[in-house]
Amino acid sequence: MNLNDIYTELILEQSRNKRNRRHLDNPDFVELGHNPSCGDEITLEVKVDAQNIVDASYTGVGCAISQASTSIMIDTIKGLDADKAHELAVKFIAMVKGEIDDPDELDELDDAVAFESIKNLPARVKCAVLPWYTLKEMIEKDISTQSFES
Amino acid sequence: MLTKTQIETIRKDFPYLAATSYVYFDNGATTQKPEAVIDSIADYYQHSNGNPHRGAHHFAIAATDAYEGARARVAEFLNAPEAESCVFVRNATEGLNLIAYSWALEHLTEGDEILISIMEHHSNFVTWQYVAEKTGAVLKILRLDEHMQITDEELASKLTPNTKLFSITAASNVVGTMPDVKAMIEKVKRVCGAVCIVDGAQYVPHHAVDVQDIGCDFFVFSGHKMVSAMGIGVLYGKLELLNTMKPFMYGGEMIEYVYEDHATFAPSPQRFEAGTVNVGGAVSLAKAIDYLNAIGMEEIFEYESALTTYAYDKLKALDYVEVYTTDNARRSPVLSFNIKGAHPHDVASILDSYHIAVRSGHHCTQPLHRALGNNFSCRASLAFYNTFEEVDYFVDKLQEVRRLLGLESQ
Repeated sequence: MNLNDIYTELILEQSRNKRNRRHLDNPDFVELGHNPSCGDEITLEVKVDAQNIVDASYTGVGCAISQASTSIMIDTIKGLDADKAHELAVKFIAMVKGEIDDPDELDELDDAVAFESIKNLPARVKCAVLPWYTLKEMIEKDISTQSFES
Repeated sequence: MLTKTQIETIRKDFPYLAATSYVYFDNGATTQKPEAVIDSIADYYQHSNGNPHRGAHHFAIAATDAYEGARARVAEFLNAPEAESCVFVRNATEGLNLIAYSWALEHLTEGDEILISIMEHHSNFVTWQYVAEKTGAVLKILRLDEHMQITDEELASKLTPNTKLFSITAASNVVGTMPDVKAMIEKVKRVCGAVCIVDGAQYVPHHAVDVQDIGCDFFVFSGHKMVSAMGIGVLYGKLELLNTMKPFMYGGEMIEYVYEDHATFAPSPQRFEAGTVNVGGAVSLAKAIDYLNAIGMEEIFEYESALTTYAYDKLKALDYVEVYTTDNARRSPVLSFNIKGAHPHDVASILDSYHIAVRSGHHCTQPLHRALGNNFSCRASLAFYNTFEEVDYFVDKLQEVRRLLGLESQ
């Protein structure tokens, strides 16, 4: 495949963007995401208010795809409630696995749709899904203890 | 030195290389296989397949001959004093684990010391962490100097009369360092008489081996990194040591007498080869040895060294590339590097789009990468079938990587 479809301006810009790469003051939830086979590692920090994600950020190291995917995910989920963010995580993961045929279904993923063509680059799928799996894990863990309402 | 024409002829022996336009620079992970090796596996299953050592019929005898013939070939390749000191295992990792379970866990106790180096592959690292945890022994680690070498002073400072086990790679899979294992083992034996293990996984594909000259107690390697099939490797051990060790796995073929309440075990190598063995793999390893010997291990090392130095000098000349390979010209054909500002996965993906296969990640050496100040790197590992033209193409495409990642203007 043409790698220009992957390394787009949006992805390159977001991979270097420092806006979302920071620590939050007193985050409500912190979750580590790690791809042990390659060493990519991100720590996702989230602040919530009445189940709504009011702020999110990340720190860590990784490739352009994992970093950009994390940054774009943060832009996408801010302002959403936990259930919706979880739904988008499931949708994103399905998208990069090539399981969604209807492009309209992807609209709500917003800029994260930029990763759709990752499905053609199997070796890099795990880079793109790392932040979304981390988010999903965080929400599932916290929903189970109902602490997301804190 | 091997000529360009000779290399072109060699390349034709490798169906994968002949059929694709790929530049295959991931030989440290596994090499491509020549037709003769691939054919040897089919030939074995077509003409000699049986279960070795079990049965008095033609098939069993043919399989036994094939398997034990391969063992004899391996012994000759390593200059082992006898075939019985060569145990077939799945790979170097299994060989190291066999030593850990059958020797180290039985002999080490609290206060003993295990000595390894920071450049060990995880299989020669995590295994000893486990043994240390189980026995109370202390794991000590030799560090590298700025030339990626282990100095005599470093060895002297970590070696004590309590060192009971010394395990070292003969060639690093990341920095390419080839320590003088023979001299190190001589010192270790003088100071404390520790059991000495050499991890030869990255060494045997590039260099002739003489286990008696090296003076090690154990030597392990994998076949698939030296043009044979996957799933076959060798543990060489001094026979008197092997025959005092407990079995690693229990079951068929490794026994001597079995009673209702106890059993006695066969001597090496059967003692360590429980269950039906990988005869096809062993046959392919013997064929791989024949193949490499026909080219000549010295010729291979000489050519690969020249190719590595050529690539090393080219990479070092690029100000946007950080090179981790040792500057010592006696090194394994491994070029580890990072493009400044780029993650190795992105580099490897983009190189792949130009049909260049390099490794990216931590190469199963996380402690070494941490010591280098990195989480990961790219690795171009060469073999005798690689060419100077391929190196030129690869170096040329690094600039393209920068362009695609938008790093050119930075």
